[in-house]
Amino acid sequence: MVAVDTYPTMAEAAGALAEGSRYLGGGTIVMRAVNYGDQSFDRIVRAAQVDRGVGSDAGGIRIGAATTMADILSAPDLVFLHPVARSIGGPAIRNMATVGGNLFAENPYGDMAVALLALDAQVVMTSGQSQPIESFLADRDHARGIVGAVIVPRVDQHAFRFRKVSRVKPKGVSVMSIAANLRHGDPRVAFGNMAPVPTRARGAERALAQGVNDSSITAACAACTEGLQPADDALASAWYRAEVAPVHLKRLLLNEGAV
Amino acid sequence: MSSIEFRKDLFADERDDNLKEIGKPTIRQDILGHVTGRTPYYDDHLFDGLLHMRAVRSPHHHAQIRSIDTSVAEQMPGVRRVATAKDVPHNLNTLLSLINFGRDDEPLCAHDKVRYMGETVAWVIADTERQARDACAKVRVDYNVLPHVLDVEEALTPNAPVVNEIYPNNTFDYHEKYDHQKLRFGDVNAAFARADHVIEAEYQMSPIEQAPIETCGAIAAPEINDRFVCYTNTQALFFSLGTTAKLLNVASSRLHFIGGTAGGGFGGKVDSIVEPTAVLGAMLTGRPVKFAWDRYEEMQVGAPRGGERWRLKDGVMSDGTVIAREFTGFFDSGAYMRLSPYAIIKGTGHLPGPYSIPNVASNVYCCITNRTPATAMRGFGITAVDFAIECQMDKVAEAVGMNPVELRILNAYRDGDMKAHRRKAKNTALIECCQVAAAKADWAISRQAAQQSSLTPMPERQNIPETVTDTEGLIGERRQGRVASTSPSTQSNGRVPAGTHREAIGGAPVQNPDMQIDADRIGHKMGSSPTQIPAAATKAAAPTAPPAAPSVPAAAPPVAPVAPPPAATVPTPPQPAAPYSPSAPFSRGTKRPGSSPFTSGFRRR
Amino acid sequence: MTKKPISFMLNDAEIGIFVGEGAPLIDELRRNAGDLTPKQGCNQGTCGACTVLIDGVPHLSCITLAETVDGKRIDTTGGLAGGPNLHALQDAFIQGFAAQCGFCTSGMLMAAKALLDANPNPSRDQVIEAISGNLCRCTGYEPIVDAILAAAARLQGRAV
Ligand SMILES: Cc1cc2nc3c(=O)[nH]c(=O)nc-3n(C[C@H](O)[C@H](O)[C@H](O)COP(=O)(O)OP(=O)(O)OC[C@H]3O[C@@H](n4cnc5c(N)ncnc54)[C@H](O)[C@@H]3O)c2cc1C
Repeated sequence: MVAVDTYPTMAEAAGALAEGSRYLGGGTIVMRAVNYGDQSFDRIVRAAQVDRGVGSDAGGIRIGAATTMADILSAPDLVFLHPVARSIGGPAIRNMATVGGNLFAENPYGDMAVALLALDAQVVMTSGQSQPIESFLADRDHARGIVGAVIVPRVDQHAFRFRKVSRVKPKGVSVMSIAANLRHGDPRVAFGNMAPVPTRARGAERALAQGVNDSSITAACAACTEGLQPADDALASAWYRAEVAPVHLKRLLLNEGAV
Repeated sequence: MSSIEFRKDLFADERDDNLKEIGKPTIRQDILGHVTGRTPYYDDHLFDGLLHMRAVRSPHHHAQIRSIDTSVAEQMPGVRRVATAKDVPHNLNTLLSLINFGRDDEPLCAHDKVRYMGETVAWVIADTERQARDACAKVRVDYNVLPHVLDVEEALTPNAPVVNEIYPNNTFDYHEKYDHQKLRFGDVNAAFARADHVIEAEYQMSPIEQAPIETCGAIAAPEINDRFVCYTNTQALFFSLGTTAKLLNVASSRLHFIGGTAGGGFGGKVDSIVEPTAVLGAMLTGRPVKFAWDRYEEMQVGAPRGGERWRLKDGVMSDGTVIAREFTGFFDSGAYMRLSPYAIIKGTGHLPGPYSIPNVASNVYCCITNRTPATAMRGFGITAVDFAIECQMDKVAEAVGMNPVELRILNAYRDGDMKAHRRKAKNTALIECCQVAAAKADWAISRQAAQQSSLTPMPERQNIPETVTDTEGLIGERRQGRVASTSPSTQSNGRVPAGTHREAIGGAPVQNPDMQIDADRIGHKMGSSPTQIPAAATKAAAPTAPPAAPSVPAAAPPVAPVAPPPAATVPTPPQPAAPYSPSAPFSRGTKRPGSSPFTSGFRRR
Repeated sequence: MTKKPISFMLNDAEIGIFVGEGAPLIDELRRNAGDLTPKQGCNQGTCGACTVLIDGVPHLSCITLAETVDGKRIDTTGGLAGGPNLHALQDAFIQGFAAQCGFCTSGMLMAAKALLDANPNPSRDQVIEAISGNLCRCTGYEPIVDAILAAAARLQGRAV
């Protein structure tokens, strides 16, 4: 059986997390595990007061971990994230799914995390500790505590691109997702569902460092699967993913084709 | 609402136009319930004290069960009962035994070994679903993992593991004679020799899950008068009832089944697994019990439309006339038969598609593999081969450089054509369908093609040709390595004269003795004189072979006809009781030596 | 097993029940609050048959922890009709043959209601988007989309 303990704040809930317990965000993943009898936890920890705000911060825009995809869609400051939020689930999922939970969502999920990775977001724990999203994601299986917010550095909206490749539209889950922040000199390209966690395509980033043009696009596409480890699942084989990743990256870079 | 156009020029006599409902748009009679959410699906029947039953499932494709330890699970909170194969009174069945088709080959709960991933090995009945799940996780099964086979053709090879000991050759035995279903019409090899083109290709369809939004489920509860009520979403209520009666060894009169409302089915709700399981749960606990598959189970253990592989070989003249077509087909039945062998007989009757082809041969195999058993789905037995046939027609059109629609019109059945299974084609309309489809799609066809009609007979197509036959593929030969090819044999060793219908193979026997009044069977004792029901004596000789469909096999030498009815006038004296042998084919309503295990009243549990 | 008391509005009725720990909302609505209109198809949020409105927006009741709705308002298909008068959506579904087996219908209606409440005049694409989390395996999507558009038109007093 599953016990549920509710604490007044996220920080207090963080203090109560222990072996065999799971923090409840929007619950879209946790509750499936409960319903299907996941034996790895028997206690849900939740907070009565959660951080669901979007606001300015010294480092950029602060998004509370409990902010849902629907909240993002109604936040004018986050226009660049609207296509990402809109691509996640159907309307009901978007009303429930949180940004904090998305950081932990296993493949084929985690589209928002991919975008946040390309945006160099910082992950802020309720304890106040903060770390770059890249190292956070790489070690998320060992993450302790509760994420309080993510901070997204200010971004040139035109430089940010996102694309989700899915078989069912709207709402299908990702065969892969790609996010890119094509800022000059230090671009970011991140893939979702092409490795165990959202991962930067460093080969593509290197190629695009001189700017986005025909030859750098060709080079970026050729190098984009470097360091990625796509896997087989019910949606696509690893082979297929590796074959089509350059095709989809090219479309994203050229801004062509339907998303 | 879109309306349907009826072509009176083609189907003048088909329907009376003055009907009030048929052919007119109408409002579904059940839709008010649907839009108000008041339609009562099985799970909308509430029971006080409802218990929840869950299955422990095999993580292996193929494994021996060494032992099952339920002791920890039994001590878990909320657990009322843990059950295993030994709790199932008659733990062996085949779905179509209710129509005397096939041998019992499938347990409700595995005991000696598991044959597919997800097969049931035990159940837990608990107060809540979560408690049942938690306890299932604590059932310890010691498996000895065996090599498995997941490919239909690999299953036919001599060293493939035996999946199901009831059919040790990994194929269904057709007519107690061959390891495949044969169809022979004319002489394909002679026709291939004179054809201008021979076109060969292979087609494959993966398994497809019906995936109804409402998963398979049932709630059973003890009822007054020593009966059990069962609310179920089965698509085959009396199948489910009969199967439950047999597996649980109770009279069908003690089962009160209520169905009729399914949240989608598409063929996936005929297998009658959740009903006997829920009733078993109610019997073991004396409480209302719900047994339902979750989404994972629906996808993993819910029987899909099985995968199929087809090889087609066509002999074609340069004008596009198809003069020969050969099929080699493999149905993936999974670990148990269920409906697959029957689907093959149905599919064979469909060959060579809606085309008049004077020489046709097919070998179709019902292959047993360590996959989830297959079952019915829309267009059962036909869909994959139709896909193959129509792809093949396009390939043929390309090979002879012909408009694919015209090719179809040229070869399409017309009224009166003789089909390969020796029935005359009636009510044909493929030519007209092609013409209308071409017009609607703005696809140009020749004047000549546009003028053809299904009603214009082609006398040369109306005869049964002389047919060459063979005896290749006798049961067991292939697995001994004595048959190299799976395709129809090139070595004929028999000839059936032109015009032979083979209707002499025999009419199908009474399919379901259950349909005959037999007071004993429904739990009444009608006195001891067997002379009252002479029909029972006939039933005792129920065939062990699947009923030979009258004309489908069309193979020579003639398939052994089903046992002729014994002279019904001689009443059989009562037989001494003999031990019941579960390996014998089951026939509900059959009088076995001694009293039927399905007459009740005194066999209460 | 401990149970927690919660209260909420269910289709204009005040409800107070004890819910099981860890229980999903759908179970409590169906077995405890007596509203059988949300349907359970997948128990993991993928099919949408259990869609209900919580404070006016669609949620999946199978993956909503029941105790989190304390103090909220829940709308289900059970409350869609006003007494004997069907909601325009229900009427349009009937007229437009927008239900076959009926199992997805409750969820479809709630997803559609949330759309029309927020956007009385949706485009076809917006309707498709609004029901994208609801699966219909009888594959009757087109009539469902048509019916939602027809209901929108009727609610707006437009001719269909
Ligand atoms: C039908 C369906 C469709 C979906 N489609 C998509 C999709 O298209 N794209 C996509 O990316 N995802 C999708 N998802 C997955 C999921 O809904 C999202 O990833 C969502 O963002 C997860 O957030 P949550 O709040 O619901 O997570 P929860 O279920 O609450 O939590 C998930 C995990 O994260 C942990 N967690 C949650 N919040 C925090 C926090 N603040 N600090 C630390 N740990 C935390 C939890 O303990 C848990 O381990 C889909 C899910 C469903 C059911």
